[in-house]
Amino acid sequence: MHPTGETEAVLVQILFYLFATLLVAGALGVITARNPVYSVLFLVFSFINSAAIWLLVEAEFLAIVLVLVYVGAVMVLFLFVVMMLDINLAEIRQGFTRFAWLGWITAAAVIVEIVGVIWGHGLGGVDVGRGFVSEPANYSNTLELGRVLYTRYAYPFELAGVLLVVAIVAAIALTLRHRPGMKAQDVSRQVAVRAKDRLRVVKVSAEKRS
Amino acid sequence: MNPHLLIAIPLAPLIAAVIAGLAGHRIGRAATHTLTIAGVAIACGLSLYVLKQMYWDGVGTFNGPVYTWLVSDGVHIQVGFLIDRLSVLMMSVVTFVSLCVHVYTIGYMSDDPGYTRFFSYISLFTFAMLMLVMANNFMQLFFGWEAVGMVSYLLIGFWYTRPSAIFANLKAFIVNRVGDFGFILGIAALFSYTHSLSYTTAFAAAPHIAQQTLPVFGGVNALTLACVCLFIGAMGKSAQVPLHVWLPDSMEGPTPISALIHAATMVTAGIFMVARMSPLFEYSNAALSFVLVIGATTAFFMGILGVVNNDIKRVIAYSTLSQLGYMTAALGASAYSAAIFHLMTHAFFKALLFLAAGSVIIGMHHEQDMRKMGGLGKYMPITALTCWIGGLALVATPFFSGFYSKDAIIEAVGLSHRWGSTYAYWCVLFGSFITSLYTFRLLFMTFHGEERFRHAAADRSHAGHEEHAVHVPHESPLVVTLPLIALAIPSLIIGYLTVGKVLYGNYFGSAIMVRPQNDVLAHLAADYHGPLRLALQGFAGWPFLFALAGFGTAWLFFLKRPALADAAAVKFAWLKRILDQKFYFDWFNEQVIARLGRGIGTGLWKAGDQGVIDGALVNGTAASVGWFGGVVRRVQSGYLYSYAFWIVIGLAALLGWFLVHA
Amino acid sequence: MITLADLLTLSGILFALAVAGIFLNRKNVILLLMCVELLLLAANFNFIAFSRMLGDLTGQVFVFFVLTVAAAESAIGLAILVVLFRERRSINVEDLNTLKG
Repeated sequence: MHPTGETEAVLVQILFYLFATLLVAGALGVITARNPVYSVLFLVFSFINSAAIWLLVEAEFLAIVLVLVYVGAVMVLFLFVVMMLDINLAEIRQGFTRFAWLGWITAAAVIVEIVGVIWGHGLGGVDVGRGFVSEPANYSNTLELGRVLYTRYAYPFELAGVLLVVAIVAAIALTLRHRPGMKAQDVSRQVAVRAKDRLRVVKVSAEKRS
Repeated sequence: MNPHLLIAIPLAPLIAAVIAGLAGHRIGRAATHTLTIAGVAIACGLSLYVLKQMYWDGVGTFNGPVYTWLVSDGVHIQVGFLIDRLSVLMMSVVTFVSLCVHVYTIGYMSDDPGYTRFFSYISLFTFAMLMLVMANNFMQLFFGWEAVGMVSYLLIGFWYTRPSAIFANLKAFIVNRVGDFGFILGIAALFSYTHSLSYTTAFAAAPHIAQQTLPVFGGVNALTLACVCLFIGAMGKSAQVPLHVWLPDSMEGPTPISALIHAATMVTAGIFMVARMSPLFEYSNAALSFVLVIGATTAFFMGILGVVNNDIKRVIAYSTLSQLGYMTAALGASAYSAAIFHLMTHAFFKALLFLAAGSVIIGMHHEQDMRKMGGLGKYMPITALTCWIGGLALVATPFFSGFYSKDAIIEAVGLSHRWGSTYAYWCVLFGSFITSLYTFRLLFMTFHGEERFRHAAADRSHAGHEEHAVHVPHESPLVVTLPLIALAIPSLIIGYLTVGKVLYGNYFGSAIMVRPQNDVLAHLAADYHGPLRLALQGFAGWPFLFALAGFGTAWLFFLKRPALADAAAVKFAWLKRILDQKFYFDWFNEQVIARLGRGIGTGLWKAGDQGVIDGALVNGTAASVGWFGGVVRRVQSGYLYSYAFWIVIGLAALLGWFLVHA
Repeated sequence: MITLADLLTLSGILFALAVAGIFLNRKNVILLLMCVELLLLAANFNFIAFSRMLGDLTGQVFVFFVLTVAAAESAIGLAILVVLFRERRSINVEDLNTLKG
């Protein structure tokens, strides 16, 4: 991608607005879709657009991670659960608009506040109107991220790993169930078995007594 | 004087009382009464010995502590004795009467299951009374004061299975609480000025306190207020109007204690106290006027009630009230010696009258109604004779002991120029007529005239008890008659023997303080020329003439023409009604004061306790917490989304607040 | 050229939509979880924007951790939902109010 700087900047801006529009539309779809399956698909759509925008601002590694981990794993998990559970849609949609006004008011208040923060307080000297400057061509985002992640943030990184393990264990422990009558192998018992549990030597007299 | 000897005087009865009370059942009746009589006899003998030492051997006053209980903020609370001629006289009288009553009790209570308990109580009483009398500080005085009140309460309710006895002892206790409240206020008032509980300090400070003004009721002389408060205590203990109502009811107790506590000793504690406090009272004319008026009123109006009562013990009880009124009036007239002198003579002849009445009651098989007696003189000669001696002493017949004391009181009140003294003089003068009337009525109805007990017996036999033949009264055993004789002798002669010394001979010395301008007895002393002359002059005095008129009236109405009394009762029904209701004092107390107290109590209970404390404070706190929780609970709906809402709204609000303030 | 303001505005809109979504989809727990994911996404936008603008990689590291935690949260949240559904045959939030006192 090496056209002239001006053209590139305009192109990037057009792409940003495109993805941003799609992202907002996707988010709207997430919160308004009647069917949860559609909501999940809209969310996947939103994540992909986000990843695109992150690519535009040159946060490549995170963009890839978002697609791989989020879209590929977490969202599939969502989809899985939504489809697995038998959800009564009519009941869920009942009273849809009851607190909508509160939602829109809060949303508006949040927007006003964020705008107030950005334009009113100036973010401690950072110029909000500044554009992003591209990194040099030989710059690798992944490399740089890995450099700090495995050095400065090695300890939090390992903690994050532990957290994920705990989450896996928790999720399995929560959903695991023992159904009576289920035919399943108990590996630990299989391993722990002894010969005398299985084999019994019985003394039988040679002849049948009369 | 040897302090150990003095300590032995109250301790001997106390030890006897404790042993008799705790181990009486184990050591048996005979051992119990032997022990307690020995204890009291020791106290009596030692008291008489001290009296002899002080009077004949010229030993001086003993005033000092024997035991310090505690010291707090420089205030010494201690047991201490002030033994002067006043207290030693009281000690001798108390222990002598107590000894007689102890002996008498052997006969009177012989078939009572509470025999040992009774002995324990009366010994304990003797101890408490001695502590009161011997005290040299207000703390010990108050201790003795309350202790005799407590024993009185126990003894009035001695037959605790009788509802009337329970009512009477409760009444005595409550009425005395009213008086004691005044008493303790008086002590507190003196303490606030002297910062000491000792008599000596208080007496020395009296002229100084008399200059002070207490800012209560718009400014009152401090000494007057203190003295009136102290006297209110005396009013309760010595049964002066209007705190007298407990004394007639106290006759529910056994007769020996009626004689000992409610005639001779405890009820005179108030008289003794005021005489002891004479250095204080002397500086307050207003307080003495108050004392004088209350005493005279009691002397006259309570005597009248004795005329209409038919219960032999109650008649004597009203007579006691009246005589206590005389003593109080004498105190009010600054004739303290006369009051103490009358206290002493009265102790003998009133105890005698009570014990004689008890003897009659034994003879009549515990019948106390005089309308069912009559003509008993024939059957009970010793009782009748001693009772007559007591009666004649009571009505102040010249040469009898009562004459010397009572005559002096009437004269002293007449000579007094204090506010209220004219009213008081007429009260005590007419009082001698009333005294004579009820005394001879009692004597005639009991020992002379028709033998009405035969009617009563006849009534009983008509009712179906044929085997119940007439109970012919019989003379009481020696243990009963011996104390009667022992008391009859002083009733006869003690006045004649001691009037010159005690009343006019400055016997009390510094023990009683009278300011010269108040000293009415000095005027009487100027005219005193020996007991014989005095008695002969007495025959011509107004009191004797009034008493004679009373004798005549009693003879006419109750011996010669009994029908006249009934006719008068019909004619003056309104008066009889008032007298039967005892001037409506009990009615007032029960219907107004008690009802008011119950009303206030119920109001405080309902409004204050249940309403404010339980309702508003205790349950109100819980209710408001519950209410608040109920309101806050709505926030905790349990719905997941509401928590999510609150989190988000809270976040937005926090951000807003941050935006505005940062 | 993309400015910081563009990204921040986008994240603000995203955040507001997610907040509105929480109110709209109050009955569906799965959608609530999804809205939370959107919230986190909006936050991540801010992290990335500032990280890039200030040339400090720490912000991106933080996004990494946020993604980790969000994944763990989703996994456990969904596991809880499955258990809940198994118990009650419903994930209707209106049926789940035993939390109250």
